[in-house]
Amino acid sequence: VEMTCRDAINTAMCEEIERDPNVFLMGEEVGQYNGAYKVSKGMYDKYGPSRIWDTPISETGFTGIGVGAGFMGLRPIIEFMTWNFSLQAIDHIINSCAKGHYMSAGDLKCPIVFRGINGVSAGVAAQHSQCFASWYASVPGLKVVTPWNIEDLRGLLKASIRDEDPVVFLENEMMYGVTMSAPDHIMDKDFVLPLNKAKIEREGTDVTITAFSKMVGFSLEAAEILKRDFDISAEVINLRVIRPLDRNTIVQSVKKTNRIVSVEEGWPQSGVGSEIAALMMESEAFDYLDAPLERIAGADVPMPYSVSIERLAVPQVDNIIKGVLKACHGKKQR
Amino acid sequence: MPKAAVTNKQELMAYFTRMTLCRRTEIVADNLYKAKLIRGFCHLYDGQEAIAEGMEAALTYEDAIITAYRDHCQAICRGDTPYRVLAEMMQKRTGSTAGKGGSMHYYNSKNNFYGGNGIVGAQLPVGTGLAFALKYQKKPNCAVAMYGDGAANQGQLYEAANMAALWKLPILYVCENNLYGMGTSNERASANTKFYTRGDGIPGFKIDGQNVLVVREAMKFAKNWCVAGKGPLFIEFSTYRYHGHSMSDPGVTYRTREEINEVRANRDPIEIVRKLLLENSWASEGELKDIEKKIRAEIDADVEKIKNDPEPYPEDLYTNVGIGKHYIRGINHPDLSQLEY
Repeated sequence: VEMTCRDAINTAMCEEIERDPNVFLMGEEVGQYNGAYKVSKGMYDKYGPSRIWDTPISETGFTGIGVGAGFMGLRPIIEFMTWNFSLQAIDHIINSCAKGHYMSAGDLKCPIVFRGINGVSAGVAAQHSQCFASWYASVPGLKVVTPWNIEDLRGLLKASIRDEDPVVFLENEMMYGVTMSAPDHIMDKDFVLPLNKAKIEREGTDVTITAFSKMVGFSLEAAEILKRDFDISAEVINLRVIRPLDRNTIVQSVKKTNRIVSVEEGWPQSGVGSEIAALMMESEAFDYLDAPLERIAGADVPMPYSVSIERLAVPQVDNIIKGVLKACHGKKQR
Repeated sequence: MPKAAVTNKQELMAYFTRMTLCRRTEIVADNLYKAKLIRGFCHLYDGQEAIAEGMEAALTYEDAIITAYRDHCQAICRGDTPYRVLAEMMQKRTGSTAGKGGSMHYYNSKNNFYGGNGIVGAQLPVGTGLAFALKYQKKPNCAVAMYGDGAANQGQLYEAANMAALWKLPILYVCENNLYGMGTSNERASANTKFYTRGDGIPGFKIDGQNVLVVREAMKFAKNWCVAGKGPLFIEFSTYRYHGHSMSDPGVTYRTREEINEVRANRDPIEIVRKLLLENSWASEGELKDIEKKIRAEIDADVEKIKNDPEPYPEDLYTNVGIGKHYIRGINHPDLSQLEY
C-alpha cells in the first residue's frame, strides 16, 4: 500500500486507541475539526468525544490535565498544534511530568505522549518555526522521538504510546503530505520500533551523516549526489530517538568511516550536533577520526518570513554536500 | 449546604490525635531545621491542620488529592507516617521518597495522593487531570486540588477550571486562604479577594477552615455535588499559618504578632476540638495532655532512630529517572551507571 505520513500517524493512533481503552487523544481542534493539519481526520466520528477530546486554547491547562490523567493510569496522547505552543506548557512537561518518577522515588509514572509538528514549516516565520529536539533532549525523564518516514511514524508512535515513560514525539509538517509505499510488515497492528535505536538508512564507507526527521531525506539525497558526482560513499544514520541517543550506532559507524557530519534543522548552539560532537571527543570514536566533525544546522537567527531568506536559514541538500566535502577534504579521491 | 454536624467522642478523639500528630511533626521539623538536620525549603502547616484532617474525614482514599509544597500534613493524613515524613526531610533513605523528593514532594499513589508540587499553581491542572481520569474511568469519586491565596493568581487555575466546567469534571478547587502569599497580603495581590467567586460561573463558597467539623461537612457536601455529576466547585477555607512562609521567613515583617496570637487564642484548630471534647465530657484535660505527651515522646523517639538511618546510597542517584533502562551519565564521563552508551 501507499500512504502519506499524515495517515501513518492517524492509523497508528487509531490502532492504539482500539487496542487499549486507556488511550485517548486530546488537543486543540483534534476532534470535530478533524485536526488543524488533518492528522486526526475521522477519529472523532469513529471514536467519539469520550476518546477524542477537543480542548479550548489552553496549553498549560490541557497539558497539566494530561499529566494528571497519566498519573492515574490513563495513556494520554496530547497534541500540540505545533511544538512552538508547548512553550506555554513546558513546566508541565518538565516539572510535573518528566521529574515525577524520580521525585517520587518511582511511585508516580506517566505513560503519556506529547506530539505535534516541530521544526521548520513554510513561510510561518519565527514564532511558528523552531526545532525543540535539543531542548527536550536535555531533560532526564523524557524520551524524545524524531520520526522521519512512515515506517518511523508508525513503529515509533505505537511504541511511544505503549511506553511507560513520557515521550516527546516531534513530527514535521513538511512531511505530512509526502506519500511513501508501506510494506506489509509496517502495517501490522503490532509493528513497534525500539525507542533506543537509530537506523542506518544507507550504508557507506567514506563518511557518516547523522540526521533526524526531515533532514534524513535530505541527507539521503545528498548521499546520492556525493556518490554520483564525487564517488564518496556516505553512510546515513537516521537517529530516530534523540533521548536516549543511540550513541553506539554512531560510534561504530565512525570507526568504519572515520569522518562524520551531523545535520539538523535546529539552531547550532547546544544543538543535537553539539552533543554528537561531544560524543566524538569523549568516546573511542575520537581515535578513529581523520577530520573534525562538521555541523550542519539551521542558521543562528529567528526564522524569517520571506522565502528568499527563509531558505538561507534552513539546511538544504547543497549545504549537506558542502559539509561532507569539507569533512572529506584530503581524503584520497578514487 | 448542611447547617449542623453530628459527631461523637470517637471521631473527635481521632481528629484531636491526628491533628496533634501533624502539629507535633511540624514543630519537630522546625527544630530539626534550626539544628541543620533539614535543609533546603521547608514550609510548615501548623495552624491549618483542620483542613487536611477535615478533608480526609469526608473523603476516602479512592478520592484523589494533590496539593502544593506545604504538604507534610496532607501526606500524613493520606496515610504516610511522621517517621517517613521526617526521615525524608532529614535526607534519609528511609524517607517517603528515599531522599529524592524532600519537603515539597510527598506522594502516595496507592492512596491517591499525587503531591507535593513545588511549582505554585501547577498542581491545579494536574489535579484537574486526576478528576478527568476519575470521570474517564467512571468512578464515583472526586479529586481535590489544593492551593493558597497566592496561587489563586496563576492563570493556569482558570484554564483548568474552564475545562473542568466544560466537561463537568469531579474536581474541588480548595483554596486555603491563610491571608498571605509569602509576604504579600490578599489585598496587595488580588483585585478580587473573594477567591470562591473567581470560578467565572463555577459555584463556590467560603467557610471556616479552622473547625474540623465545618471542613468535614463542607467537603461531604462538595463530594456529593461532584459525584452527582454537577461539575467543579470552588471552596475557600479561611485559615492561618502560624509560621512564616518558609524557614527563611520569620513571618513578622508583613503581619503583627497580635494577629498571630489572636488566632492562636481563638481559632486554633486543635484547641477547638479540645474544647468540644471537654465541654461534652468526652475527655478530661489529663487524658488529652497524655495523648499529646505520648505523641511527643513517639516522635522524639522516631527522630532519634532516624538520625541513625542510612542516607541514600551513591547508586540511588541513578535509579527512578525513567522506567525504561538506558545510559545515565554521571558527573565524570566514565561514571556510567548502567548499560552501554
